[in-house]
Amino acid sequence: MELVYAVCVGFMSACGIFLMLRGHTFTLVIGLTLLSYAVNLFLFASGGLTIGAPAVLNSSENYADPLPQALVLTAIVIGFAMTAFAVILAMRGRADLGSDHVDGIEPFDPLSEEKS
Amino acid sequence: MHYFWVPFLPMLGIIVPLLTNKLSRSACTLATALLPALALGLILLDLPAIFAGESFSKSVDWIPQLGLSLSFRLDGLAALFSILILGIGLLVILYARYYLSEKDHMGRFYCYLIMFMTAMLGIVMSNNMLQLWLYWELTSISSFLLIGFWSHNSDARKGARMALTITGAGGLALLAGIILLGQVVGSYELDVVLNSAELVKQSPYYIAILSLFLIGAFTKSAQFPFHFWLPHAMAAPTPVSAYLHSATMVKAGIFLLARFYPVLAGTEMWFVVVSLTGLLTLLLGAYTALFKHDLKGLLAYSTISHLGLIVLLLGLNTELAAIAAIFHIMNHAVFKASLFMAAGIIDHESGSRDMRKLNGLWKYMPITATLAMVASASMAGVPLLNGFLSKEMFFTETLEQSILGAMSWLIPVLATIAGAFSVAYSLRFIHDVFFNGEPKGLTKTPHEPPRYMRVPVEILVTICLLVGIFPNYTIGPLLESTSLAVLNHALPEYSLAIWHGFNLPLLMSALAIVGGVAIYLNRKHLFKFAGMFPDIDAKLVFEGCIQACVTWAQKITIKLENGSLQRYAFCLCFFALLLIAPPLFDLDTTRGSMPGTPINGAVMVAAILIIAGSLATLIWSHYRLIALLMLSLVGLVVSITFAYFSAPDLALTQLSVEIVTVILLLLALYFFPQQTPTSKSRPSHFVRDLTIASLIGCIIGSICFALMTHPLDSISAFFLANAKAGGGGTNVVNVILVDFRGFDTFGEITVLGIAALGIHKVIARMRLSMRTKDYDGRLWAKEKYPVLLLVVSQSLLPLFLLISAYIFMRGHNLPGGGFIAGLITSIALIQQYLAHGVDWMAKRVSISYHYMIAIGLAIAGFTGLGSWFVERPFLTSWFEYVSLPWIGKFELASALMFDLGVYFTVIGATLLILASLGKLTTKERLTVGER
Repeated sequence: MELVYAVCVGFMSACGIFLMLRGHTFTLVIGLTLLSYAVNLFLFASGGLTIGAPAVLNSSENYADPLPQALVLTAIVIGFAMTAFAVILAMRGRADLGSDHVDGIEPFDPLSEEKS
Repeated sequence: MHYFWVPFLPMLGIIVPLLTNKLSRSACTLATALLPALALGLILLDLPAIFAGESFSKSVDWIPQLGLSLSFRLDGLAALFSILILGIGLLVILYARYYLSEKDHMGRFYCYLIMFMTAMLGIVMSNNMLQLWLYWELTSISSFLLIGFWSHNSDARKGARMALTITGAGGLALLAGIILLGQVVGSYELDVVLNSAELVKQSPYYIAILSLFLIGAFTKSAQFPFHFWLPHAMAAPTPVSAYLHSATMVKAGIFLLARFYPVLAGTEMWFVVVSLTGLLTLLLGAYTALFKHDLKGLLAYSTISHLGLIVLLLGLNTELAAIAAIFHIMNHAVFKASLFMAAGIIDHESGSRDMRKLNGLWKYMPITATLAMVASASMAGVPLLNGFLSKEMFFTETLEQSILGAMSWLIPVLATIAGAFSVAYSLRFIHDVFFNGEPKGLTKTPHEPPRYMRVPVEILVTICLLVGIFPNYTIGPLLESTSLAVLNHALPEYSLAIWHGFNLPLLMSALAIVGGVAIYLNRKHLFKFAGMFPDIDAKLVFEGCIQACVTWAQKITIKLENGSLQRYAFCLCFFALLLIAPPLFDLDTTRGSMPGTPINGAVMVAAILIIAGSLATLIWSHYRLIALLMLSLVGLVVSITFAYFSAPDLALTQLSVEIVTVILLLLALYFFPQQTPTSKSRPSHFVRDLTIASLIGCIIGSICFALMTHPLDSISAFFLANAKAGGGGTNVVNVILVDFRGFDTFGEITVLGIAALGIHKVIARMRLSMRTKDYDGRLWAKEKYPVLLLVVSQSLLPLFLLISAYIFMRGHNLPGGGFIAGLITSIALIQQYLAHGVDWMAKRVSISYHYMIAIGLAIAGFTGLGSWFVERPFLTSWFEYVSLPWIGKFELASALMFDLGVYFTVIGATLLILASLGKLTTKERLTVGER
């Protein structure tokens, strides 16, 4: 199960990073969100995978590691604030610059030049 | 001992001239001189003990972990330099009183001068190498201020900048050397370092340490090839040249060589590099000095030449040579300071420093002329003057060496030639200025200076004579104690007598004098010869180099920073990859020793969903709405994953955040194009990004797998054991958030609040383009709000609020808490916004969300502060069980109040973000509707 979990985390990170390296802001925000999922899962896994043993006292015999959970809980909320900030910034960039490319202008494209 | 206060007295004195500037000039001068004079007195009090061969050091710890301490020492070498610095400094203060004109800001000049004096004293008395370096840099800075004192003069500015660049760069090299040396020895205290000679010389870093120290010393002491800054520093007022460029600043490099002589000297490398650099500088300086028409230019090159002589002596690696070097340090300081002062008097009273104009001044200023002539004779090495004695010792030592093997006889020959040139330029100084016909084209008639302006010169020239005639009685003890400090062991036999009988050194002296006279008589031919070479202005070359460096740096910067954020993001990922990958290669296997958990169907399905969802997001990323839907699918599976692996709190949080995020992104998408243009991405970028993303994905996956399968010692047991006893709750995750790590949580909700306020401000003045149709050309729907939602939303609200209250209350003991409850309440309210619109809500929700964030933070903060009233640290929790009739026993905890703060902050932040954005869309659509 650990292997499957790790593959999922790695795959999500790869997709997230690839999307973050794209040139348009909305894609970047999507990538950022995907990457933050992956990071949360990654952090969560550092306590090991435990089934049916939540860290609530007297509910079972052994407990899942509560520390990564506490860390990830705040990470999720902060991650939301960050995503929100990024997307609003992207909107502002589009409003002020008239383009939703990260560099403010669409890069020169030799292919489209040939077509026209 | 008194010496410990010596460096502090001038430091205090830095402000004195500024305070007394308003008084008369003489009063300001007296006040300025007071503290340095006191310091000199203290040194003199300690002198008998120093003569007895003692040395003192005292240190006060500052940051002992870094080897930083306030540490001063006084031994022969420090005493000699302190006397030079303070003594000549006092004379320069007196001299400057008459030199500076009414227009010059005297207080500021003295302030810089005393600052420089403090720095020099710090260098020579420091017992800690880092402290020494600090003072070293302070001399560079204060000399910059002094050289550029006449800042209206472009030459002064350029000269100052050049001096600062060269000596400052040398200072950095010295710092590197000091740190290396400190690491090798294990201490930065000079006491320790000076006694670790063997350790240092055997260290593999010896060559690096020596090279760095030599760069530092050679730049400061104007040795070839760094000598060019010194002539340009002559744009300084003459008192500055007399002080910095004869006795102090340029001697700092020599001091460094002498101070570290016991540790660094004695090796082959020291021998070759130091002595040959000194020899080259000696010859170059002596030759160039002859052709300078500017009085101070001549003296500058002569200084370079004499510094070369001292360096050569230090490089000869014999003890007698080191003693000769120390002797020449004193003599050169005395005669050169007096010559600079004499040059300043001539300049001041005749209006020119050009030796082609200055002729026959003997008639106008006979006393100054006599003084200058005695000092020049000392510079030339004429018998019965101090310069003769050390030059004789120098000649003796050049005969004793064998640097160049069979060609070693060249050294005394070259030394004699340099001696001849120094006689020639000294002769030129005397003959051209004071005799040789009548002055030409001077703006004013030369005359003797004010009485007291001449006093410093008189004192110095008297010293020249006294030392020259009675060396043993005047300078003997100081020379002995200084040599003891430099050599760090018992002294060899040496003699200070004037007459050693007819021997080779005497012959060399005689040859030098005869040769010098011959060179001077034939100077016309030599000038013609020197005139054939192009005149290279070091200033232009230097400025050119600096410009080239700047252009070069700019080119690299532009190449690296081409303005593309996409490129930067790639670089960031690339270097992150370079940093995180190598440690993985050290790990033997990815799979650790922990037994794995068996796989089951449910997990497989979830994994397939996550991978498929991520892949779909990637593939359809051009169709933004679809990508967003796929993303939300992944998010949902992630929250289920949390639930499955025993993290109900996380699952609840992830689920509610997921909803809020998707609503937010959908709102945002309204303002973005619905599709990303496809053809814009270059194929090479596509491959590049795919490679880097895959590599990072592989690494993160491997680390994740290794982390899960390797045994881990966690501190979580503490939290599990103390949650109930210390925090009063059974939901350990919540107890960690609101109690154990409450301060972290407090920081996090603060960040959340700041982010929300930031977003509010970014939205506030946004001007967005409006669309009347969607991207497929259809008009927007007529119904503003979905009817179905309109109907159910109002009845759902109380239910939502009830659930969130329940989740909040039970949070301490069962999954739930402030974060989750806050998010649920937010969703309930957002739902109302969706169903009824901003205007409808604005009528009903009277509180502004800014205030809600503030209230939340205030509640959390004041709960934390409350613990101060019972004299506990910030955020110490308190809980008690209370019994009430009918309700039964329940818990009252301060953590609950804190959680309430979290609750309000989360609601405030989430709704501020979404409502601000929502308002924007509503406004857009209203204007659309009106049209």
